[in-house]
Amino acid sequence: MKGIQDVITEQIQSYNEVADEKIDTANGEESVIYGKGSPLDSVGFVSLMLDIEQAVADELNIDITLVDARAMSQKHSPFRTIKSLAEYIGKLSEQGDE
Amino acid sequence: MSERIILITGTRKGIGEALAKYYLSKGDIVIGCSRSEIEWSKNGAFENYRHFLTDVSDEKAAKEIFSFIRKKYGKLDALINNAGRASMNHSLLTPIDTMRDVFNTNTVGTFLFCREAVKLMRKEKNGRIVNFSTVAVPLKLDGEAVYAASKAAVVSLTQVLAKEFAEFGVTVNAVGPVPIKTDLIRGVPEDKIKRLLDRQAIRRYGTPEDVINVIDFFLKPESDFITGQVIYLGGV
Ligand SMILES: NC(=O)c1ccc[n+]([C@@H]2O[C@H](COP(=O)([O-])OP(=O)(O)OC[C@H]3O[C@@H](n4cnc5c(N)ncnc54)[C@H](OP(=O)(O)O)[C@@H]3O)[C@@H](O)[C@H]2O)c1
Repeated sequence: MKGIQDVITEQIQSYNEVADEKIDTANGEESVIYGKGSPLDSVGFVSLMLDIEQAVADELNIDITLVDARAMSQKHSPFRTIKSLAEYIGKLSEQGDE
Repeated sequence: MSERIILITGTRKGIGEALAKYYLSKGDIVIGCSRSEIEWSKNGAFENYRHFLTDVSDEKAAKEIFSFIRKKYGKLDALINNAGRASMNHSLLTPIDTMRDVFNTNTVGTFLFCREAVKLMRKEKNGRIVNFSTVAVPLKLDGEAVYAASKAAVVSLTQVLAKEFAEFGVTVNAVGPVPIKTDLIRGVPEDKIKRLLDRQAIRRYGTPEDVINVIDFFLKPESDFITGQVIYLGGV
């Protein structure tokens, strides 16, 4: 079964197909999405997060809002790597179920 | 898919109903919403119309509309933020709850639908958003403080979002109607409306067709260089 990390990775791959500067996914789940060492500017970042948000909704039936001011201001950014983002999405979806 | 997908809020009656029927007659697919049941599209009278019982300020319910559009059509060509509420009273006679209701529908609802719409529109790098202001804003009508303030906020949103959404190929404009004979202004005394009409360059009531004409202009493919603009009717 497809997991959250797979969906994130797929969305990064389709982002890379059209982007000039690509996100390096060679490090697997530790690959950096956003922050130091990432080619994403803020608009590219928001677009990718919206793609991921929609993909997890469509493919995994997880309805969450990924980017908001609260998430953006967390001390340890949940958007840093594929792994941290997947964990964050998992956490948000559990909160939604309560 | 060649048909346009158009989302119009507040389609149960008034200008919203006229807009929905107009775009349906043009062959577009229209998705609409209102808080109460609608009569005019009962029993599937319009094949290309889909109605949601949704309050525009309800974030979760609004997201369900967008999720439906995304799954069924995969795109959204235009959003028309028509749903609106008025409060025609002296400020001393206006309860705070009324103010909250008016701002929730007019301002919060408009912002919420703009934000969700652009998420869908950015995929095609193309989209049109039309918001509703009113001449009560530039005319600074007394007796309409709360309504005018909520619609002044819509003007600000229109102008700022036009900048933020430009890079996604989405234009954001607004239409500002003069009085149009709908339930919205039914309680306003005749002489007050007369005085208002006298302040217009062209002194007559507006019609839904006057509004449609402006919206048609904003929606045209050739209008992709028109954004952040507010067009008032009647020469105000
Ligand atoms: N008529 C005028 O003179 C005039 C002048 C200037 C600007 N405008 C603007 O034009 C727009 C349309 O007005 P109108 O004259 O057609 O008004 P209307 O006849 O009172 O109709 C308002 C529509 O909006 C819906 N609505 C109201 N609150 C809603 C909410 N919270 N969520 C979802 N739907 C809601 C109503 O359905 P439900 O009640 O079932 O929700 C109804 O379909 C408004 O934005 C208004 O401010 C009108």
